[in-house]
Amino acid sequence: MSCNSDQPDMNRRGFLGKTVVAATAAVVAPGIMLTVAKASSEEGASSAVRWGMLIDTNKCADGCSACVDACNKENGIDLMQRPEGQADEMWNAQRPQWVRKVKLRDKQTGEVSNLPMMCQHCEHPPCVDVCPTGASFKRADGIVMVDRHTCIGCRYCMMACPYKARSFIHQDVAEQLTGAPRGKGCVESCNLCAGRIDAGNSTTACQDACNRDGHQAILFGDLKNPDSEIAKALKTESSHQIRADLELNTGVRYTNI
Amino acid sequence: MIKTQYRELHCSSPRYWGGLASLAFIILVGLGAAFHMEHNGHFVTGMSNQIVWGLPHVFAIFLIVAASGALNVASIGSVFGGPMYKPLGRFSGLLAIGLLAGGLVVLLLDLGRPDRLIVAMTTYNFKSIFAWNIILYTGFFTIVGLYLWTMMDRKFEQYKRPVGFAAFFWRIALTTGTGSIFGFLVAREAYDAAIMAPMFIIMSFSYGLAFFIITLISAYWWAGRTIGDLRLAKLKNLLGVFVGAVLYFALVYHLTNLYVTQHHGVERFILLDGGIYTNMFWIGQVLIGGVIPLFLLYSPAFTTSRFALSIASLLVLIGGFFQVYVIVIGGQAYPMNLFPGKEVLESSFYDGVVASYTPTTAEALLGIAGIAIAMTLVAVGSRMLRVLPESLEDPAEGECA
Repeated sequence: MSCNSDQPDMNRRGFLGKTVVAATAAVVAPGIMLTVAKASSEEGASSAVRWGMLIDTNKCADGCSACVDACNKENGIDLMQRPEGQADEMWNAQRPQWVRKVKLRDKQTGEVSNLPMMCQHCEHPPCVDVCPTGASFKRADGIVMVDRHTCIGCRYCMMACPYKARSFIHQDVAEQLTGAPRGKGCVESCNLCAGRIDAGNSTTACQDACNRDGHQAILFGDLKNPDSEIAKALKTESSHQIRADLELNTGVRYTNI
Repeated sequence: MIKTQYRELHCSSPRYWGGLASLAFIILVGLGAAFHMEHNGHFVTGMSNQIVWGLPHVFAIFLIVAASGALNVASIGSVFGGPMYKPLGRFSGLLAIGLLAGGLVVLLLDLGRPDRLIVAMTTYNFKSIFAWNIILYTGFFTIVGLYLWTMMDRKFEQYKRPVGFAAFFWRIALTTGTGSIFGFLVAREAYDAAIMAPMFIIMSFSYGLAFFIITLISAYWWAGRTIGDLRLAKLKNLLGVFVGAVLYFALVYHLTNLYVTQHHGVERFILLDGGIYTNMFWIGQVLIGGVIPLFLLYSPAFTTSRFALSIASLLVLIGGFFQVYVIVIGGQAYPMNLFPGKEVLESSFYDGVVASYTPTTAEALLGIAGIAIAMTLVAVGSRMLRVLPESLEDPAEGECA
């Protein structure tokens, strides 16, 4: 028996050696993985572009919710389950809504207009200014979004947003999409389908849905590229920023309101 | 001149431990409520994407504002050289620390991710007044702690004045920061006003002193010690001035808003037809928190009545709570005007309509636990440390000259 021998116990030594190798690998591997992952996305967002949107409210159809449905599907919002026994009104007030349809009537003229309302991707976003940890941030390409790793859930950005564009996750998240991570206690909002854009797509889910239904009310593109469709349209048509008085220089513009 | 003798607060053991046990029970219930909200998510609260800050924030802001005000008594004693206030300085510092701690616990436990406190403490966006507030709050504990030390340790007495000055300026900065949380919100019509910062400072003077008077009278009653009439009269007159000043600031704030056509809607909402918020403003803030206390404080019928002073202080606190409620919740309930000149016919997100908010019991329990935490710290602190003079009898004639 080896326990009676005064020779070293090679099994034990081997086991210890392997353990050390395994532990080192376990410690180092994530670092390497992160470096590799980082290396692949080193390009990051470019300040040479500024993503934006132009919405023609004349083309936005009354009663149509194609953009809202598409957004909910694209970002896994439709996977959220209503907590048991929660009333309709509370569910509507608490569930995330990245984009919502609003129907307006001019008090003076009676003119009725419809439009989708979402994060306006301001050049000077109040939500980014007020966020204590910097979790609410603006990418170089103008997309405003929330880093779900550093959001502490204080909701100051929601207090500051002039467009009520942000949603707080009030409940456990059972199911979510890998492209749209979601966590209870954090804030989120429209990110102009950043995942799709980064993957090389040139349209957002809401725009696709609106086009599919034949309305073509939403136009997404690069505001900085003078040859882009959106830049040309903005040059020829008279467009508005919502709450232009705040001088936030929004990335989302509207015509015919 | 008789030297002020400070003694730990002693009263019969059953009374002390019984009091502490009740406070501990309230705190435990509050922590349970916080766990309930964090475990299930905020859907179990009345808060929503419309009213994002609810009752816990009202409690937290109320306590934080009161905390900086509670330090005033110490400041008057050592910075402005008021001899009648000097013996009260230590207790004032202790109360300030207690109230701030209570408020911060509530604020922290209402975060969506309180487990990320370390992120909040280590990652700063210096453009955010909230980030500055985190530094102002932690700094307040340190500076007031040092201030207490210089007041209590003879060896460091020469630093009392400079540290007292630092604490005074720090507390002004802290309340400016708290008021600016609202003052810097350009989007909402009820906020976005520079007057918020000085208004919060004057609110802190009033709430802090009211807390101070109530806790001081309770502590002395608890321990069977005496307070002189003259000293209480000083505190009483000061409270009267502060209560009047709060009313004045509220008046200026609303008059300024009324001058701006754009703000007529929100003013109408708060002052006339906002339902619960209008009631809270007129009955809570103005009547209970202003008019009645002023009557109790200045009416010749109650010149030396300690009961009237206690009731007045209590009413100032209740009215102050309503005032913060109207600012925090009322300001959010009134809809933001995204589309001037348009009325909203349909929206799935409550655009253009007054947001409803019904606080849940859990939110209230967490808030009340904040007050209990403050009171526990004060009770333990006064028992362990020599913060309260053996006697606060009025000095003999000429001693204060």
